[in-house]
This record gives sequence, C-alpha cells and structure tokens, in this order.
Amino acid sequence: MNKLMLATAATALMTGQVMAQEQSGDVKIGIVLGFTGPLESITPDMAAGAEMAIEEVNASGMLLDGANVTSVRADSTCIDAGAATSAAEGLITGENVNAIMGADCSGVTGAILQNVARPNGVVMVSPSATSPGLSTAEDDGLFFRTAPSDARQGVVMTEILMDRGIESVALTYTNNDYGKGLADSFQSAFEEAGGSVTISAAHEDGKGDYSSEVAALAAAGGEVLVVAGYTDQGGKGIIQNALDTGAFDTFVLPDGMVGQQLVDDIGDGLTGSFGQFPGTDSEGAEMFQTQAEEAGFNGTGTFAPESYDAAALIMLAMQAAGSSQSADFMGSVMDVANAPGEEIFPGELDKALELLANGEEIDYVGATAVELIGEGESAGNFREIEIQDGEIVTVNFR
Amino acid sequence: MDFLNGLVFFTNFVVIPATAYGAQLALGALGITLVYAILRFSNFAHGDTMAFGTAVAIKVTAGLVALGITLGPLPTALLALPIGIVVTGLLLLGTDWLIYKFYREQKAKPVILVIVSLGVMFVLNGLTRVFIGVRDIQFADGARFLVTVRQFRDATGLDEGLAIRTTQAITLVTAVIVMVVLFWFLNRTRTGKSMRAFSDNEDLALLSGIDPDRVVRVTWLIVAGLATTAGVLYGLDKSFKAFTYFQLLLPMFAAAIVGGIGNPLGAIVGGFLIAFAEVTITYPLKRVLTYWLPDSMAPEGLVQLMSGDYKFAVSFMILIIVLLFRPTGLFKGQSI
Repeated sequence: MNKLMLATAATALMTGQVMAQEQSGDVKIGIVLGFTGPLESITPDMAAGAEMAIEEVNASGMLLDGANVTSVRADSTCIDAGAATSAAEGLITGENVNAIMGADCSGVTGAILQNVARPNGVVMVSPSATSPGLSTAEDDGLFFRTAPSDARQGVVMTEILMDRGIESVALTYTNNDYGKGLADSFQSAFEEAGGSVTISAAHEDGKGDYSSEVAALAAAGGEVLVVAGYTDQGGKGIIQNALDTGAFDTFVLPDGMVGQQLVDDIGDGLTGSFGQFPGTDSEGAEMFQTQAEEAGFNGTGTFAPESYDAAALIMLAMQAAGSSQSADFMGSVMDVANAPGEEIFPGELDKALELLANGEEIDYVGATAVELIGEGESAGNFREIEIQDGEIVTVNFR
Repeated sequence: MDFLNGLVFFTNFVVIPATAYGAQLALGALGITLVYAILRFSNFAHGDTMAFGTAVAIKVTAGLVALGITLGPLPTALLALPIGIVVTGLLLLGTDWLIYKFYREQKAKPVILVIVSLGVMFVLNGLTRVFIGVRDIQFADGARFLVTVRQFRDATGLDEGLAIRTTQAITLVTAVIVMVVLFWFLNRTRTGKSMRAFSDNEDLALLSGIDPDRVVRVTWLIVAGLATTAGVLYGLDKSFKAFTYFQLLLPMFAAAIVGGIGNPLGAIVGGFLIAFAEVTITYPLKRVLTYWLPDSMAPEGLVQLMSGDYKFAVSFMILIIVLLFRPTGLFKGQSI
C-alpha cells in the first residue's frame, strides 16, 4: 500500500512539474540520433553540436522572453524503424518535446515522420537524412533537413563531369537505398544534361569476387566508371578488379567512396580519379570548428555542423513566430534560414534572437551555409576532390 | 584484327576470371563430394572449414613476413599453406572425435548428420571470427601480375589488352597438381583403394578387413587439405573475409551436385561449369559483337541475357534443372 501511495505521489509531482514547465514557457527539444547502431561513432559529435546551439541560446536568455531550453536524447538506432518510432513517441508523450532534432538515417527518419511527427504535429529537422525519397514524402510542412538530398549530389556530379568534358559513363551502385537513390538521381540529371549512361548495374556488398560485375561494366564501356558504393565494401572490390583488368582507369567517387583508406589500399591506380562530398568553404564552417573545440568536441565530425544548424533553426523559428508550438513556428523555419535579412554565423545566435525580437529579418548562414530549397531541405554545398599522388585534394567548391 | 581484339577482350573479362574461379570452386566441391561419398552426409561446415584454414594460413604468413621469410615473386602464403592444412586437419579430426563419431556410432540417418554439420558450421563460423576478426584482409604479396594490360598491348599491338594476375596462374597450377595427386592417391595407393571400397559398399569393405576409423581419419585429413588449399587460393586471388566463404557454400554445392555428388571428376567439371555459367549468363556481349559483326550489324543495346542482379540465381537454376532431369548429375554420382 505504501508503495502505491508513493507512486501516486510521485506521479502527481511529475505532472505538476510538466504543468509548471508549460506555464513558464520553457522549451524542450528532443535529439533523436542513432547512439547505437551503424552510426554510433559519429552521433556523439552530432548531439554535441545540437546541444552547443541550445546552450548558446540559454546563455543569451533572449528566447521567447527568457524561456529555458532543455534537450532530451533518444536513440534512433539508425536501422530499426520500430525502435526509433517508439523512442520518438516516448519523447512526445512522455517528455512533451516541442520539436525534434533528428533523426539521422533516412529510413528511420521517414518512419518517425510518418508515425510520430505527423500524427502529433511536431516539427522535425534532420541533420543527416539524404534520401531523395524524403523530398516528396507527405510531411504537412513539418519536416526540414539541413543535409542536402542525394538528388542534389547527382546534379553536382553531373556538373563536374560536364565541366571535364566527359559525356559517357558506366555506373555501378551498392544495392541499398543510398546507392539506388544516388544512382537514379545521377542518371536522370546526367541524361538531362546530354550525357549517356551506358549501363547502370547494382553490386552486392561483402562478396569476394567482382569479376562478372566488372565484365559487364567493361562490355558496356564508357569514359569513366561512377562507383556509388562504400570504401570498405563492394566499391573497393569493383575498383580493384577494374584496374587489374584494365577495364577503366578513371573513377568518379561520390561521398560514400571518398576516404583516405581507399586511396592507401588501391595506391597509384587511383591517381586522377575525382569526386565530391558535402562540404563548404563558408567562413561559418571555421567559426563552428573553433567554437566546437572550445566546447570540447570534434567540429569536423561528419554532420556535426549540420546538427548545430538544425537545432539553431528550430529555436530561431520559435523566436520569429513568438511561440514554441510546432503549429505556430513551422512556417517560420524557411524565413529565418533564407534571405533577406542579416546574415547569422555560428556563435551569433544571441544577435539573431535580438534582431528577431525587434521584428527584423535574419538570414541564417550557420556552419554549413544553410539555404533551404523546395520543401525545406538544404541546397547543399559540395567539395570537388581529386586524387593526386596518394592524397585527396580539394580542387573546387560547388 | 577485329576478331582478335574481340577474342582478347572476351578472354580478359570472361575466360581468365571464370577459369580461376572455377578452379577454386572445383577444389571446394571436391572436399564436399569426398565427405558425401565416404562419410555419407552433406557437410555444410565446408565453407567455414575453408575460412578457418585460410585464417590460420594468414596468421602464419604474417609471422613469416615478420621474420623476413618470403617467396620472392610468389605469395608467401604458399609457404604457410602446409601449416594451415595441418592445423585444419587437427581441427577436423577433433570435430569428428567430439561430434560426428557419436552420431556415426548411433548409425544416425544422413539428414541428422546434415543438421549436425549445420551446427558445426555456426560454431566454426564464430571460431574463425574470434580468431581473425571480420575485416577484409589482403595477404597476397610478391609480384601482382604475370602479364599486365599495357605489356600485352605493347607486345601484340592490339587495341584490347589482357591481364593475368600471378594469383590466377598459381590457382590454376596448384589446382591441377592437387587434382592429379588426389586421383593418383584414390586410384593407385592401398589407402585410396580402401577408401573407394568403403564408399562403394560399407559392409563389404568391413568384411574384407578395412579399418573404418582409419578411412574416416584419412578422409578428414584430405578434406582439410582440399578446403585449406581452395580457401587460400580464393583469398589470394580476391581477399579474405570470413563472410564471403560462407557465401561460397551455394556455388560449391551446386558444382558438386551438377557434376554428380560423390564423383570426384564430376566435382571438377561441375566447378568449372558453375563458374563459367555465373560469368557468361550475365555477360553483355555488346563490345565483343561490335568487334565480330560487320559495322552495320553492331548491336545498340547491351545484348545481355540477364542483369547482373540475378547472378546468385544462376547456381540455383542450374541446380534445379539438373535435379529435375538428371538427379545423379552429369557424371554418374550417387542420387540424393
């Protein structure tokens, strides 16, 4: 009986707390990332990036007349849609979060969007989901992302090839959502630009022998081979075999294939190959890195800057709308992210909050030169790289 | 000239890789077929036996290289191979003593032994991963090529080139040697003959005074030799990853069954048949036909029978067709 009393009292207390929070206008942001699973090595830096933006806003004390922002982490697992959905569900029903910064992988992001965010009307800003499918997903205007869609990468890759005067390519991709999505978007962009894709063939990861795949690619021909795979999986096997048999000398490497390990493993054969991966020369990137270093995490970590921007956008949109309710501020996200208005860099969130409080407009640039297009996704900046003498050299920004 | 170019192109991308792959499959299928003929069950643990043997050879190779012992232009792994075979042999004898012997004495049905081998497969699977890890390991050293594409082009003046990797040549030579020795052993030596007798008719063999335990021991040792050799050759030619050996199980079984399971000659023919089928059925003939046909008839499309996505299905299809129309395989094996 005692226990029951205790439990009842505790529940009452907690409800009281939640009520108190809502009254004082405090804000809660859920951080849903894959703290376990395939991305567990990069998610700590991503979460740290988002939390740094939240601390910055709290330090200024200017959000919604002094509201305090707290964050709650939840695990998306990156691959298990069921686990991700229940984690996000818990954030909304149990923690009453006002918005979600996440999720990370495209599959679980789509699942949370459809099963949790839309039914509950909560805004979601993903820092790293890149599947082109999310551009056209039904989102009731609730979903945004600070990472570019792979459709954008397909266009950038086309531009790079066209600038180099290459009009005929063979294409192979790893047989999953990432590979297929990127291959399809590249093929349509490249053919629209007048190029021709001689063959588009999938390869399975984790096999020993890629000679029949390379035989097919070689038979179809093409000036270069586009390999939309992974550095430590089939992508590497294809390149090694193509070099051995003399099928291709030059390879185009999208984001999944850019890695020093690949260059070290393959050696000289890769010289002259080129590619692209997300990156910017904006001064915001450097400012973010310095800031991250002071906060004690790695600012160059993959998608860490995007995470900072995602959290910042959520809070700035709240300020612009004068409310922490998703239904009120979902319309302001695009306004604060894009021109016109005063440019805002990392570390200047207090200035932004002040400008917005005075009714002025801002153009949030942030750590990744954020520019939201279409339904609310990053336009995407890419680094064009070339392999020269065993080094990955940045030759251009696009 | 065009005809030669087409021929060289076809050889470079189809004949050479398929021949090397076929030799590796044949060695693997020989091991499966021997277990089936003499111990009378399908050994699902064979792929992981190969992985284990290769893992041992890799560790020994690393040790030899650290000591400064290499084979010059040849891969050092060839020196490590005998040690790998011995260790794998001990492992298989241990497995037999610990597990298979019990079921043999119970006169268990073959299907029970198959399931037992499935269990052994999972254990070996884990053992190999604990021993060497799950990463991709390249352990081929020495000269990488016998003939490179550029050398071939310069020497012949043709437009198309042809490359032969050292590992591909070694694979073929080693496979031929192993096969010759195996056939000599089975047909000419007393032990080999007693094994064949045991395989043909167990009761008669026992009556004529053949020691069954000895036959079983020798069989496992030969299987260890075949599996480790096949595994090391495959790993040298491609790269080592525990998981890929597990995946080899399907084409190896297909090879053994197509050739006629229990028949060593059938395993060899089956290995090459499966390898060539996998590569040629998904091969687009566009470039070759462009060389061979007059310009007006040059194909526009890829002229591909089947997309590469269906590569795995090829072994399955051949397997089903053979089982439907010729259950004993191309060469007369035992019916299953």
